Amino acid sequence: MNQASEKVIVRLTNVDKNFDSERVVKKLNLDIEEGEFLTLLGPSGCGKTTTLRMIAGFEYPTEGQIFLEGEDVDDKKPNERNVNTVFQNYALFPHMNVFDNIAFGLVEKKVKKEEIQRRVEEMIKLVQLDGMEKRMPSQMSGGQKQRVAIARALVNRPKVLLLDEPLGALDLKLRKQMQGELKHLQRQLGITFIYVTHDQEEALTMSDRIAIMNHGYLEQVGTPEEVYNHPKTKFVADFIGESNIIEGYIENMTDNSIEVTMESGKAVIAEKGYRLEEIIYLCVRPENLKLSTDPVKGFRFRGQVREHVFIGSINKTMIELPNGQMLKAETPAEDELIPVGTVVNVYWNPGKVVVMRTKEEQIYNVIEQSVEIEGMTNDQIF
Amino acid sequence: MIKSFKKRLTALVTVGPTVLWLGAFLMIPLIYVIGISFLTKNAYGGVDFAPTISNYISLFQSEYAKVFLDSLWLSLETTVICLLVGYPFAYIIANAPKRWKPFLVLLLMLPFWTNSLIRTYGWNTLLRTEGIINHFLQNIGLIREPLEMLYTDGAVLLGMVYALLPFTVLPLHTSIEKLDKSLLEAASDLGASRKHVFMRVVLPLTMPGIFAGSIQTFIPSLGFFFISDMMGGAKTMYIGNLIKNQFLSARNWPLGAVLSIVLIVITLILMKLYTRVGSLEDMA
Repeated sequence: MNQASEKVIVRLTNVDKNFDSERVVKKLNLDIEEGEFLTLLGPSGCGKTTTLRMIAGFEYPTEGQIFLEGEDVDDKKPNERNVNTVFQNYALFPHMNVFDNIAFGLVEKKVKKEEIQRRVEEMIKLVQLDGMEKRMPSQMSGGQKQRVAIARALVNRPKVLLLDEPLGALDLKLRKQMQGELKHLQRQLGITFIYVTHDQEEALTMSDRIAIMNHGYLEQVGTPEEVYNHPKTKFVADFIGESNIIEGYIENMTDNSIEVTMESGKAVIAEKGYRLEEIIYLCVRPENLKLSTDPVKGFRFRGQVREHVFIGSINKTMIELPNGQMLKAETPAEDELIPVGTVVNVYWNPGKVVVMRTKEEQIYNVIEQSVEIEGMTNDQIF
Repeated sequence: MIKSFKKRLTALVTVGPTVLWLGAFLMIPLIYVIGISFLTKNAYGGVDFAPTISNYISLFQSEYAKVFLDSLWLSLETTVICLLVGYPFAYIIANAPKRWKPFLVLLLMLPFWTNSLIRTYGWNTLLRTEGIINHFLQNIGLIREPLEMLYTDGAVLLGMVYALLPFTVLPLHTSIEKLDKSLLEAASDLGASRKHVFMRVVLPLTMPGIFAGSIQTFIPSLGFFFISDMMGGAKTMYIGNLIKNQFLSARNWPLGAVLSIVLIVITLILMKLYTRVGSLEDMA
């Protein structure tokens, strides 16, 4: 995030969107700051594209407000908003060549001919399509079309660029390359990018901040490090990277630690702020899950080594807990392997576990604060 | 040898029936018409076997030129009005909610399963001086004397537009429906007002439909004769009427054949022009 300019450029307050009777976006609150690269991440149907389309003006919120540069844009059509969109299928005008496609917005703004010429040429250079001005979209590859789509949006110098899974149709290698180029373009131009994707790796590598959505709800917003290392919900822990998620409840507490009882063992964790007997989830990344044949202080948690999978630089070890749950651990390839079938003590280093409240506990807290939960569906509660 | 025989047999079996059909019902009648056009008319209808090109020369008589010009003009008017009425119509159908679409297309097609002669009589009952519209207007006191609506050029035009509108709407509908909606969003996103979205994106991209619709309206409208007979009281002569008269009442088959050939040639020229700007597939 660019710390120098912490000006909010897009603000969503209590945005709800219904299609017929289906609520696709629910009570969404999100501030997007000027110059940042924010990714809306989530599985398909989570409401991320609808959110983007509401910012663009193709859809209007059923409830709540959207502010662009501090102004409520409820009555503004897409052509009256200072944002531009890069569409998933590129949406290039098939009857226009590359130059005319890119010039479309400038012609609408009645920019002078010489200036259009200059700015379009400049854009064509920027996206490395030199010499292709006269090509028709039908004569171009997916990657080239993508560049035209980006140039066509950027040439208007929008305050915010909206990108709807722009790399979804490209093959893996090209996608990686375009990821780098897009990130570079964004830094170079300093334009706010709002990027929609379902690819968590793409989100982690490109974004300043990631907003993770699920079932229309915003689960968590944070830097890639925050959402990876400190997921706030089970969904986030599961969706971003690989996780071992273990359910447990708090049996004992001291001033600065909790004793968690799980189906398959016990662990003491340095955390506070929980209730006695509260049900929680523990999240441990595979690279933080340790195995030992000797007892470990603070843990009474054992499993049996089931399988080793060698994948290049690391070894993946599967451990089965007494209740049948499988845990994943990753160790450097050069480390000695514990033989399959061995019963091991499972542990993690202090600070390498994330304790997450369950939905029930979150709702409990919400009720405590007597905030409205009306309209929450069953799957949100359970 | 055997292989090539097999191939020939396959070709014969697959293409043969089509060739036979086209030969029997298109080529032979066409050759017959062309043949007649070079013969002399017989006083009792039919022809005498005396080759001549005088039938073609008589084409250049001014009254025939006027008929052709009147016909072309009426067809042009019909086509333009059909486009102006049909485009919004097609646009609405193409953008209607999915569950409504089949119903709307059905409404459009429904009249076509009724005989066009009967439908034109329907207009007759509506428009004539003792007709429903005049009665209604008189009863509510809007007019005292009945309006002269039937047997005017306007009535002919109305009848033509009514009869041919679906020929315009269907290709337009196909073309508009094929339009990628995200292109409209993209245009609007790039700052285009609704009017500009239409002018810069929708209109150019539906041009094939406009061409197809125009041709499909224009060509049949040239040959229609019963509408001008029934709605115009045969006051103005059009190509269709002229041809019909040559064969049925004037008993001048050779001239009728010549006029038919001219009509076919005009059609072919239009089709050729059309294939230059669009493809025949857009006709669907």
